Amino acid sequence: MSKKYETVIGLEVHVQLQTESKLFCGCSAAYGAEPNSNTCPICLGLPGTLPMLNKRALRFALQASRAADCQINQFSKFDRKNYFYPDLPKGYQISQYDLPLGYDGRITIETEEGETKEIGLTRIHLEEDAGKLIHAGSVGDSAHSYVDYNRGGVPLIEIVSEPDIRSPEEARAYLNALKQIILYLGISDCNMEEGSLRCDANVSLRTRGDREFGIKAEVKNMNSFRAVERALAYEVKRQEKLLDAGRKVVQETRTWDESRQETVSMRGKEEAEDYRYFPEPDLMPLEISDEFIEEIDDSLPELPLEKKHRFQEQYDLPAYDAGVLTQSRELAKLFEESAGKYDDAKEVSNWLMGEYLRLLKENEVEPGQDELNGEKLAELLELIEDGTISSKIAKEVFEETFVSGKAPGEVVEERGLKQISDEDELAEIVAGIVADNPEVVEDIKGGKDKAIGFLVGQVMQETRGKANPQLANQLIREEIEKH
Amino acid sequence: MKIYEMTLAGLIEARDSKRIKPGEILAAFQTRTEEVEERVRSFLDRPRDLAAEYEDSKNGKFAGIPVALKANMATSKLTTSCGSSILEDYRTPYQSTVADKITGSGGVIAGKTNMDEFAMGSTTEHSAYQVTRNPWNLDHVPGGSSGGSAAAVAAGEVPCALGSDTGGSIRQPAAFCGVVGFKPTYGVVSRYGLAAFASSLDQIGPLTRTVEDAAITLNIISGVDPLDSTSARIDHPDYTGKLDQDIAGMSFGLPSSYLEMDIDEEIRNQVLEAAEKLREAGAEVREIELPPADLALAAYYIIATAEASSNLARYDGVQYGTRQSGDNVRDMFVNTRSFSFGPEVKRRIMLGTFALSSGYQDELYKKALKVRTVIKEKYEKVFSEIDIILGPNSPAPAFKIGEDMDPLDVYYTDIFTVPVNISGFPALSLPAGFSEQGLPLSVQLIGPAFGEVELLQAASGLEKRLDVPTLAALEKGR
Repeated sequence: MSKKYETVIGLEVHVQLQTESKLFCGCSAAYGAEPNSNTCPICLGLPGTLPMLNKRALRFALQASRAADCQINQFSKFDRKNYFYPDLPKGYQISQYDLPLGYDGRITIETEEGETKEIGLTRIHLEEDAGKLIHAGSVGDSAHSYVDYNRGGVPLIEIVSEPDIRSPEEARAYLNALKQIILYLGISDCNMEEGSLRCDANVSLRTRGDREFGIKAEVKNMNSFRAVERALAYEVKRQEKLLDAGRKVVQETRTWDESRQETVSMRGKEEAEDYRYFPEPDLMPLEISDEFIEEIDDSLPELPLEKKHRFQEQYDLPAYDAGVLTQSRELAKLFEESAGKYDDAKEVSNWLMGEYLRLLKENEVEPGQDELNGEKLAELLELIEDGTISSKIAKEVFEETFVSGKAPGEVVEERGLKQISDEDELAEIVAGIVADNPEVVEDIKGGKDKAIGFLVGQVMQETRGKANPQLANQLIREEIEKH
Repeated sequence: MKIYEMTLAGLIEARDSKRIKPGEILAAFQTRTEEVEERVRSFLDRPRDLAAEYEDSKNGKFAGIPVALKANMATSKLTTSCGSSILEDYRTPYQSTVADKITGSGGVIAGKTNMDEFAMGSTTEHSAYQVTRNPWNLDHVPGGSSGGSAAAVAAGEVPCALGSDTGGSIRQPAAFCGVVGFKPTYGVVSRYGLAAFASSLDQIGPLTRTVEDAAITLNIISGVDPLDSTSARIDHPDYTGKLDQDIAGMSFGLPSSYLEMDIDEEIRNQVLEAAEKLREAGAEVREIELPPADLALAAYYIIATAEASSNLARYDGVQYGTRQSGDNVRDMFVNTRSFSFGPEVKRRIMLGTFALSSGYQDELYKKALKVRTVIKEKYEKVFSEIDIILGPNSPAPAFKIGEDMDPLDVYYTDIFTVPVNISGFPALSLPAGFSEQGLPLSVQLIGPAFGEVELLQAASGLEKRLDVPTLAALEKGR
């Protein structure tokens, strides 16, 4: 981090709302359909057609606004943003200008130093998405382009932050926190690759202590959170060099070139468009009652940060654990179900953060798409606790339950995985191993106590992990005494 | 009386009492149209055989009634060109709500009528296709922009037509052609499927030969429409409900300052004569003060063009309509719109774009919205004191075809019609007589918001006392 300059970042995030139908017509809003199959005269903007507001989209947008602590403009309206582009069927986008649904909100992030920080939200507004152009060749020299209007009219919320973000890392933390809240609300899948979450950034530098903002550049086309972080880091360095050289930052739009890992100038401010916003006369103004806002507030789930703090208190978990477990609503739910049935919450947490997350990654699934539930995890932990199986065997059982959903007890029974705790049976095996490894026995006798671990390992191998390790350890010592 | 000479009410009555069949009605109007259309040129597109369009199964109020629709209303069959070459031969894959209501009650779409391009104009000469003539005098224009609909009714080609009124586009051609033209309160008739000129001002309404016919038609085409968010969520009454009730005791306001403005002497006298007739009928007529008409006109031309500049942005050659190619997409947009829009449309797009531009929007568009609110409030105040306003409609009778007029002078002719679009109130153009030249003269009646029933009652009462013919003979050889 530069000592001389302070980084100032503001983010504009577009999130596609996961409604069944589009914002102003009955067409499906699903991703990935045959080009132009999810279209109708209304979303194609044919002459004489009129928009009808999707109430569910309004509800989702209000939920997002309230989850981000926004005030609500109870008298709100839609406006037309006018510009010509082939993917914009009406020649204007129905958006919101001076009376956005939500304003003056905040998202709390945790910095790398583990401190919390509030990032202000200027506004959250509801608007329709444009279609998509597919160029024959590159944008610059393609002879023709195809237009797919499936995306045209899909509901979006635009979330504009205040210039409160002070580093690329904070930007990423902000995006993570925002995404987590939206996933908790279940109003979008936030899939950046499919474009259901898009992010543009405004970046500027100012000399530390200055109150005035520096000249900003807008950065677009970042296709992952990691790309956002990298593009911002690049941009900060680029501007730093300019300023150090006594040159000025140009106010412009720059695009992130992922392959070259740099930002490239797109267009300058002098070409900035005048969108001629004016109130959309085809839609009535929105009047949002106190009762509706109250109902929205009541419908909000416990949000990630609240949940994290509660986990820390209620289950006495370290902050790190609570953070990981509240990453997703499903994971948090699984934790609470398990911890409700098994006393040692930290043990539950260890299994979920370790084995469970590993298996999710290996199987490329999200929490909730596997077969584990709280009852089964609690059962498994009981089996470990009462000595029926070893922790090592438990991993095998866990994996089987994760995949097939079979109860742990059943798996242990079926596979004969019960721990050998019968002394006589185990003593016999131990005697054989000790006899087979005289050098190791000598080592141990000579004071290399650690070597006993090798013998325990041999016992475990012989019993395919079923031996009770503590018992094996004890029996080995007894056997060596005899020699 | 020949079938085409009958009013809509007369036709419905004769059909219901089995004196004529739907097929006969349609055939008679088809014959009349074939006789006079070459001279009047009302239609841009019409079915070859009207009777063949009739479906027996739809046995509603309009069974067998031919209805002409302005060419800016989407219909599943004929073209919807909006009088523009940018939509030459354009057919919509959907139908407007009004067209659905007409055909749903047994009516037959008799054709799509000529209009000023995208409803911008006062003579129908701004059509990209043809000049429609005034059936009362073929050297004169029928008015506009719903000139084709007005001419078709006056010529007896249809008993009823629909027009759209953004600043007088139903009432002024109705006045020029000597028929009844009715603009209902904004929101009474659905705009779904009406190619927009200025969304907050556009309203569909009937052009007919009598006030009763206008009321009957409004009963068919009005209604709450889930497809139009701006359609009024009201309980629609029977609009014919008070037609026969006496107007004695009703109070009328006469905006005397309007009559002192630059208007044709014959029209001024016609308005005063109508006032006299109302008094004779036992109604009260008193002088009222209306907000300055020139302010309403200025606000209108800013709001209407601003909305139009946005509404017409969709005609860019990408999806449908005429496309002119270009080296890149920007050139394609520019070439398409430069080549295919007519001069009046371009003028208004330029005006509206300017009015919305940053730096000018506060001085123009936003100020116009404020003026609009003030005008609406002043009209509401007037209606707390009287029932109906009586006044002039067009300040002059029909112009000659090809008359070279300054666009601003043409805009001025909307001065008495635009205030009700600005306020959203209902207004009706009622035939009141003829000029010395034999051109129709009219008066305008204005009612309060959703006061259609009383407005129609007043108009019907006055109509009976004026007793003006509304069908042009169009004898051959004249």
